[in-house]
Amino acid sequence: MKKIVSVVAFIAVHAAVLAQSADKASIERGKTVYESTCLACHQADGSGVPNLNPPLIKTKWTLGDKNQLINVVLKGLDEEIEVDGETYHNVMPPLNYLSDQEIADVLTYVRNNFGNKASAIKEADVKALREK
Amino acid sequence: MQNKILCWAVLAVFVLASFAPVSDPIVAQEDVSLQLPQGFQATTIIPELGRNRHLVVQSNGDIYVKLDKLKDGAKGIVILRDANKDGQYEIASSFGDYAGTGIAIKNGYLYASSDDQVFRYKLNKKGEVENTDKPEIIVTGLVKGRQHQTKSIALDNAGNIYVNIGAPSNACQEQDRSKGSPGQDPCPILETAGGIWQFRADKLNQSYAEGTRYATGIRNVVGLDWNAQANELYAMQHGRDQFFQLYPEMYTEQQSAELPAEELFMVKKGSNFGWPYCYYDQYQKKKILAPEYGGDSKKQGRCEGVDQPVMAFPGHWAPNGLLFYTGKMFPSKYKNGAFIAFHGSWNRAPLEQQGYKVVFVPFGKDGKPSGDYEVFANGFAGAGVVQSPRDAKFRPCGLAQGPDGALYISDSVKGRIWKIVYKK
Ligand code: HEC
Repeated sequence: MKKIVSVVAFIAVHAAVLAQSADKASIERGKTVYESTCLACHQADGSGVPNLNPPLIKTKWTLGDKNQLINVVLKGLDEEIEVDGETYHNVMPPLNYLSDQEIADVLTYVRNNFGNKASAIKEADVKALREK
Repeated sequence: MQNKILCWAVLAVFVLASFAPVSDPIVAQEDVSLQLPQGFQATTIIPELGRNRHLVVQSNGDIYVKLDKLKDGAKGIVILRDANKDGQYEIASSFGDYAGTGIAIKNGYLYASSDDQVFRYKLNKKGEVENTDKPEIIVTGLVKGRQHQTKSIALDNAGNIYVNIGAPSNACQEQDRSKGSPGQDPCPILETAGGIWQFRADKLNQSYAEGTRYATGIRNVVGLDWNAQANELYAMQHGRDQFFQLYPEMYTEQQSAELPAEELFMVKKGSNFGWPYCYYDQYQKKKILAPEYGGDSKKQGRCEGVDQPVMAFPGHWAPNGLLFYTGKMFPSKYKNGAFIAFHGSWNRAPLEQQGYKVVFVPFGKDGKPSGDYEVFANGFAGAGVVQSPRDAKFRPCGLAQGPDGALYISDSVKGRIWKIVYKK
């Protein structure tokens, strides 16, 4: 019995660690996408630009519903939204020229940087939404 | 077995730890001391007011400040008064249910703008607004996009008011700010925005049909003023963004941070400054064809005949205030010259941000700058490097001249206002 428990525990931890290292690779690739695509507007520290571009620090978009977040990148955003009680005047262009993998990577990076901690976004999650 | 699990667990902790949150980038606000030329002194007359935009000083010394982003029922125009003359101003009253940017006083009226209208209020013999609830609507129904939505105003001495109508776009691409999206040609935005419109200062309810498109090809303007000596209108354009992000094969990050110039225009009736087709390159000293319209960062093409700026400044500094100084307090070189308040950049990342200062440009009688610009007031952002605009402690926005010739500078971060005086 004890042995079975340890085996299960081993598999669980092993799987978790494998997933973690996959996420880590995704985060690393995501950093590159962030720097070339998002940084100009949302800034290196994710703090955005007052009045123009919102921060990506613990906002309900960055930490919240995955589909909503993926859609921000796929479809862009140009309507008045409130982020932490403030509104922003620039447009977020659709960035659908990025591949599913690049979008998954950059969002996983954003969700695990700037003080954020949230689950990874997978290529398949992006693919499913793009095809809708 | 146990050992192996332990190993994995240690590794797991290690991997998780490498995801630990970075420190909170929102820095604490603190005080700054401004650097000014010899003989000038700055005092804070009100430390924190609100989202300050432009301001104007009445002949009795009252200061009218236009605020943006009103919260919790706040009013859009605040009157500051120094009743006991101790140099500290208090809020005397506030009125106007609309946020906005523009504010001016002319011929016994206070003018103020929202993002789609211009209002005016009659001033009584004591120089006070009598009917704060019922302003007259001078201009209405102006285009108000989500970006470049603010309306600045300036009045001439012939009964006209000028209103900038910013283009709700970066470069008039079919899909704004999107890589690979072509520029629209002709750019339809120019019909109702991307220029400066002229209206009568005393006629009610004017809109596009009653006004004149005074000048076109101007992306967005916040600093706008009438130069009484030259008898001409002047405007500071906010140049376009994102050369590197949109055309990485044509511009380096460095070039994209420096280009295009922020331009000072002498605006004449019928002027065309070329946006979105053209931009000013301060190194090549000419208008260059924008990449959205077939440009390659060198070609001039259709931009050859386009009106030129009278002065060019580094890219993305965001000029938000323009004031021609007519006072007697400052040394004579300042007379009829221009002060420009730069709000500071955001579109220079990943390079460090710049701007966040007030500069002075000496002017000759011909209405052209008579020398290069010099930094007049600096230090608003605080001591360190501004990597992200949120690091800036204060950001200059509006400029005004007092009846005694003092200069007032408003800040948009905390809502501070400084008074600058000169003592021989
Ligand atoms: C041209 C500037 C620009 C670029 C480039 C840009 N954004 Fe945005 N982003 C914005 C603006 C502006 C908004 C808010 C739009 C609104 O208010 O309608 C926004 C909103 C968001 C939001 C939702 C609000 C929030 O702050 O939580 C997320 C998430 C986001 N962007 C992520 C990204 C990511 C990831 C990238 C790169 C793949 C990116 N953005 C690229 C300007 C930009």
